[in-house]
Amino acid sequence: MARFIVRRLFQMIGVMFAVSVLTFLIFNVIPNGDPAVRMAGRHPSQTIIDQIRKDWHFDDPIYVQYVVTMKKVFTGDLKSYFTQLNVNEEIRKGIPRTFSLAIGAALLWMFVAVCFGLYSAVKAGRFADRFLTIIALIGISMPVFWIGALMNYYLGFKWGIFPNGGYVDLTDDPVDWAYHLILPWTALAILFIGFYSRVLRSNVLDTINEDYVRTARAKGLSERQILVRHVLRNSMIPIVTLWGLDFGAVIGGGAILTETVFDLQGVGQYAADAVGQLDVPPVLATTMFAAFFIVLLNAIVDIAYAYLDPRIRLQ
Amino acid sequence: MATEPATEYSFEGPAAFEEEAKREQVAGMGPWRLGLRRMRRNKVAILFGLLFVLLVAICVAAPLWANKVAHTTSAENHLSDTITVNGKKTNVVSLDGVPIGPQYFKADGKFFLGADGNGRDIMVRLLYGGRNSLLIGITAAFMTTILSIILGLVSGFFGGFTDGTIRAALDVLWSFPVIILGVALGVALALGGFKLGPISIQGDSLAIPILVIGVVYVPYMARPIRGQVLSLREKEFVEAARAQGAGPFRIMFTEMIPNLTSTILVFFTLLIANAVLLEAALSFLGAGVQPPEPSWGTMISDGVERIATAPHLTIVPGLMLVITVLSLNVFGDGIRDALDPRAKVRLEH
Amino acid sequence: MSDGERLLEVRDLRVSFATEEGVVQAVDGVSFDLDSGEVLAVVGESGCGKSVTAMTLMGLTRSPNARFEGTAEYKSTELIGATDDKLRQVRGAEIAMIFQDPMTSLNPVQKIGDQIVEQIQEHEGLPDAQARERVIELLERVGIPRARDRVDSYPFEFSGGMRQRVMIALALSCNPSILIADEPTTALDVTIQAQILQRVRDLRDETGAAVILVTHDLGVVADIADRIVVMYAGRVVEQGTLDQIFYDPQHPYTWGLLGSITRVDRPRPERLPAIAGLPPSLADRPTGCHFRPRCPHEFAECANVPPLEARVEGQPDHQDRCWLPPDEKRVKREVTPGEIGLGEKRGAEAA
Repeated sequence: MARFIVRRLFQMIGVMFAVSVLTFLIFNVIPNGDPAVRMAGRHPSQTIIDQIRKDWHFDDPIYVQYVVTMKKVFTGDLKSYFTQLNVNEEIRKGIPRTFSLAIGAALLWMFVAVCFGLYSAVKAGRFADRFLTIIALIGISMPVFWIGALMNYYLGFKWGIFPNGGYVDLTDDPVDWAYHLILPWTALAILFIGFYSRVLRSNVLDTINEDYVRTARAKGLSERQILVRHVLRNSMIPIVTLWGLDFGAVIGGGAILTETVFDLQGVGQYAADAVGQLDVPPVLATTMFAAFFIVLLNAIVDIAYAYLDPRIRLQ
Repeated sequence: MATEPATEYSFEGPAAFEEEAKREQVAGMGPWRLGLRRMRRNKVAILFGLLFVLLVAICVAAPLWANKVAHTTSAENHLSDTITVNGKKTNVVSLDGVPIGPQYFKADGKFFLGADGNGRDIMVRLLYGGRNSLLIGITAAFMTTILSIILGLVSGFFGGFTDGTIRAALDVLWSFPVIILGVALGVALALGGFKLGPISIQGDSLAIPILVIGVVYVPYMARPIRGQVLSLREKEFVEAARAQGAGPFRIMFTEMIPNLTSTILVFFTLLIANAVLLEAALSFLGAGVQPPEPSWGTMISDGVERIATAPHLTIVPGLMLVITVLSLNVFGDGIRDALDPRAKVRLEH
Repeated sequence: MSDGERLLEVRDLRVSFATEEGVVQAVDGVSFDLDSGEVLAVVGESGCGKSVTAMTLMGLTRSPNARFEGTAEYKSTELIGATDDKLRQVRGAEIAMIFQDPMTSLNPVQKIGDQIVEQIQEHEGLPDAQARERVIELLERVGIPRARDRVDSYPFEFSGGMRQRVMIALALSCNPSILIADEPTTALDVTIQAQILQRVRDLRDETGAAVILVTHDLGVVADIADRIVVMYAGRVVEQGTLDQIFYDPQHPYTWGLLGSITRVDRPRPERLPAIAGLPPSLADRPTGCHFRPRCPHEFAECANVPPLEARVEGQPDHQDRCWLPPDEKRVKREVTPGEIGLGEKRGAEAA
């Protein structure tokens, strides 16, 4: 097991390196045109462009550019030429907000998806199943920013049931913090609930037909015991892995749309604002952090999976 | 019983059922005909499939609507115009900036679904935007499919170093959240465009979102295909073909691709759905379709800005998007059930 | 040999499934009895309905698209159509089953000890330590070395033969009266096969349980069975004692099965004798005698379904479904002097 962990961590570092190279290529090499002009944003002035060219060593060979870019990102020397603010600082400010959104939504969607998915599988083919399937399909067909905006408008602004967007620090007022996050949590969870409940349903239906479930039945166990102890446990294993990855994706900035719509000022919204202005440095940094987070979580998930599934652990 | 799998084959009228099965000679059907037969029984999926085709057709007919009914284009600005509604003259955009809501046929078809903040006809923009969104979605899905087949086949079939490299590349790509990668590429390419050898694309061309979305989804399809190729490779009929002296490309074409077709079909349908959603998200953020070109995503973005005064600007394009994607999802689900009721094909988003 | 009470009486059992290809009659009027201490072998080709019969006894084939007729009475409890609660009491504690593939029949992420304890606790509610001791004892009895250490291992850590022994231990853990073994050795090496069967027989001797052994291999049966039921296309075509079936078989299908056993004590034939043709699809079976299309001895009467009857003088327990008179059968089944077989059907082709 220890060897597995070490191997996995080395692999993780390798992928992170590749990720950094790819990010660098995306922003500075692949696109056509002058990277300095691109970095300067939508309405650049010549002085800024020249300054950028010097700062980022765009006249030097590519590997020098790469090292310079990476140094800037990791030493916090990254500045947006549009807002003049330090990128790393802004990201740090946004992290607790993004975290709050991600954790709450992830727990919510997991809980609801398991309930829906299990119920759907147990009542497979009947009305309840078909109904939940339709709901799930609608859920994955809705753009999260659209439903979020509508929820915010009707439930927040118009009818005043919930706050009209914004974020309150957990340390200031936990109740208000949660109150402000209920709508964003729900909006973000809808898509995942739709997806996960169907995956779980499918896994459960497959597992129910496995031979060892038949054996469990032959032992004289009740359907409920079989469902919980054998079917659910085995069906959940792949779901937990998926969940870990999606959670990583959401924290890494996958919640960019939800944050924007609800004005949560998290990392995602920071990236979104920069995108709107075609402001490169923040997008560069957030992209890399997002990918790093996923790679890290990927490794953690693999290790957790090995722990859950004894077949991998003991070999 | 707690577990009761779905079954349409009931005992209510077994005789009639047997008659039908005998008549259609189900026992002798190959997998495609069986799939078609199962599909035919799934009325809901067919319905939604037709709905999608209908929506595409309507969007394709955008110029017809624009010229014959609305008498305007998608970019034409009617800020200071007035129209006649029920005999009364009304401002298209009121003096405090509120555009009119859906008129349906009250103004001879003009502003059927209302106007936006710049006085443009929403219905016209919706149809032209649909053209863009659907074009991008379908083309990108196509691109992803082609790339995934190639990469999956080569990687799974040849194994070894090739496989290792391709897998590593896909892993790296896969490490980025889809939306973040889409945004990164979109932003990077929007300003200067894209140039690779003889291929040169402008920054504001529709080809940019197509390229971005097409590339971003490749890992999600290439991996399952590679997986299937790996297991197909060990099957006897491939060994038999090899024993007959068939070269690798011949085997890939004649043995592998036919067996991958059902997976590809299902994925392709789901890909279009996801691609359309991704395009909307990218355009919403400003990293997709660049203004003034319309797309459902940009329309929602415009709409959200004015949601307090004119919610229909947000609701209309969003609803259109949801219905389109939903019909694709239901249809794709139906295809999957028909071709292999126990398939594990799914698109991780 | 049977020495005890009548445990099981199956009468005219019928099982059908509604499938995409139409209604499939998997079991078509099967009847047999089982006494305690007896080993009953149910033999037939794949798809003849033997597994469905066995699983139906435990209610494992119940589903919305299945229909059951007939009765199966276990010690005055009716099994077909019993309530779920009643069935759960019987499963594991009274009737236990060993399945064909031990790899997939055990939960891969649960320790084997826990899997057996689960059954014990379900029926007997012993304190944990006691249940665990019983499990270790069982594992030792079925021949698993270092049972005390291995009780906490996972299924994948065992070889196929060992896994099957674990399944046997599981099946016996609550001292059932009937043990159903569904092709217990099919997924295993031939060398392990003998060991497993030996184990089953020893345990039968020790516990006095009755065994229903479902298999397609008559050779496996020869060593261990007391009575044999031969099935074909959902029907019982012959049943009798071991000696009766092996030395005085009455149905052409049985002759075919016997003829296709490779024998060490005979000179090697040039071609392995096989029964020409294929078993019929259960959704579309021939009228009259199901075996007719493959039988070289068929004649006009075979268009009518032969009833299952005892036709041999002095053998009331030996029944078969063949219209041929017994003396003709004796002649026809000797394909070469001293050898029983089916012979070739003229123009032999798939049915």
